[in-house]
Order: sequence, then C-alpha cells, then structure tokens
Amino acid sequence: MSLRIRVTQRLSLAMLLLLLSLQVHAIDPQQSFSNPADQQRYQVLTSEIRCLVCQNETIADSTALLANDLRREVRRMVEEGMTDAEIKEFLVSRYGDFVLYRPQFKPTTALLWLAPLLLLLIGGSTFAVVLSRRSRLPKDVDAPLMADDQ
Amino acid sequence: MPKGLKFALPALAFIALMGFFFIGLFRDPSYIPSPFVNKQAPEFDLPKLLQENDSLTLIDMRGEYSLVNVWATWCAGCRQEHDTLLRVAADYNMPIYGLNWKDDPAKATLWLEQLGNPYVANGVDEMGTTAIDWGVYGAPETFLLSPEGIVLHKHIGPLNIEIWRNDFLPLLQGQGT
Repeated sequence: MSLRIRVTQRLSLAMLLLLLSLQVHAIDPQQSFSNPADQQRYQVLTSEIRCLVCQNETIADSTALLANDLRREVRRMVEEGMTDAEIKEFLVSRYGDFVLYRPQFKPTTALLWLAPLLLLLIGGSTFAVVLSRRSRLPKDVDAPLMADDQ
Repeated sequence: MPKGLKFALPALAFIALMGFFFIGLFRDPSYIPSPFVNKQAPEFDLPKLLQENDSLTLIDMRGEYSLVNVWATWCAGCRQEHDTLLRVAADYNMPIYGLNWKDDPAKATLWLEQLGNPYVANGVDEMGTTAIDWGVYGAPETFLLSPEGIVLHKHIGPLNIEIWRNDFLPLLQGQGT
C-alpha cells in the first residue's frame, strides 16, 4: 500500500515539475552576457521594446525576424556601454514613440500620460459638485417622491 | 449652470468619444508613421546586388527624386507590387533603388531575372542593420526621396498605381519634374 502511495506521490511531483518547466522560454538563442549587470539591463530593455511586426509582443517575447535583429542591436549597444536612455533614443529616432511600451514624456506624448489624471479630475470635480449641490437641497425634497412610491 | 447645458454637456462628451471610436474603426493599427518624413534620409553603405565590389550609398541618389523600395523574395507583398514598380520606373521615368532586406542574393538575382528589374541598383542588407536605421519593420516599404535626400513620404505595404498617383505623384508635381 505504502509503495503505491509513494509512486502516486512521485508521479504527481513529476507532473507538477513538468508543468512548471513550461515557463522556460528559449526565444533568444544568444549567450548571456559575461557581466550580470549588462544581462539584467539587456533583459529589462528588450522587455520594454515593442516588436512592430507583432505589435502586442515585446522584442524579448517575439520570434519575428525583426525582433531578432532588434535584440541583436540592443545587445551590441549594451556591450558598447551605451546608456539605457541612449539605446531608447536610438530606437525612437528610427521607429517613433510607439516602439517603447512606456513612451518618453514630451509635448507630443503629454496628453497620453496626463489623460488618466485629467479624466480623474473631470470626474472627481463633477462628483464633488453634484454632492455639494445635493447636500444644499432642502431636507424634504425627497418627500413627494416617497409619497409617490407609496 | 443653465438647465439645457446640464444635459447637453455629457451628451456632447459622449458624441465626441463616439467620434474618436468611429475614426478608430477605419484606422490601420499596423501603420506607424515614420519619424523620418521631412528629415534627411539615414546614411548607409551597402554592397550592390549583381556587383558585389561596388557599393550603394545615399550619394548615388542625389540630384533627382527617387524611390527607395524595401523588398525581399520571401515577401508576398513585394511580388504583388512588382508590376507597379516596373510601371512606375518605365512610365514615369522614376529612379527606384532597392533595399534587398534579409534575403539570399542568389534568389534576389533570380527574382529580377524572371520578373523584370525596375531598380537602378540594389543594396544588399543581409543582416538587416540598414533596415533598422531606416525604421523598416515590414516589407514592402517605399520611401520617396527629394533630390537633396530628404524623405518626403513613406508608404508601408504593397504599392499599386492608385497609391502611386494619389500619394506620391502630387509630391513630385510643381517641384520641377
């Protein structure tokens, strides 16, 4: 009996491990950098750059030819010691703001960045006005309605 | 706040939002405007197809309006637009320069032999680095260059004669061609 349990347990453990192993990606066949800081920088950068062929993927996730080329370019620039800002500027000057998942803040992207705040302000102030009006209404204003309901 | 405005304002806001959504319906999300329009075209130096010892650069294109066409034999849209390119080169006397992108030069040569060659010359970009410098993300792409090497227009996707007449030709007329 105990043997059977052990087998079942082992089997379920093996299955669990198998499931976890699906998380491993092998899109980027390149070797890792010798410097761990560079590797980290490369991984962060490639996961913030949009693959323009398959627009909802980053170049770190995409198998498209272009993504492969862009990874190679980012790798080269990281190896050459360019800063993150310089690498992003390299891409934006060629592909436009859309290439970055988090576009830089500048006049043309200001509305994009500030829109949530702006909408919150509009909604918030409308809400505040409605509330303050309502509190200033006479107390018995609902009375006729209540009477109607009954 | 006047009573009418209280209802009109949200209604107007709603209509404006619907307007944006409606326009959005007919916009192509795969079309990404090029940051190079009205700017100097990026420099490059590539070996020529058919003449490996010679190189193609921007200087070769100076002095007249020209098209730079990004193509490859693996690209279906390029096959589709090929007849248009032949026609534009022949009927409109337009110099077309090819950027042969991530392709096999032998296949590219065969393609030109079999389908006709609309190009003045082709630069071979096997690694795709020049294409990145030009912000290319999907062949075919066609750039219109001024005699001074300024990018006047970029078309993404296969060309046809209507697109040529509507989007390219007006940019040439009145400018001495």
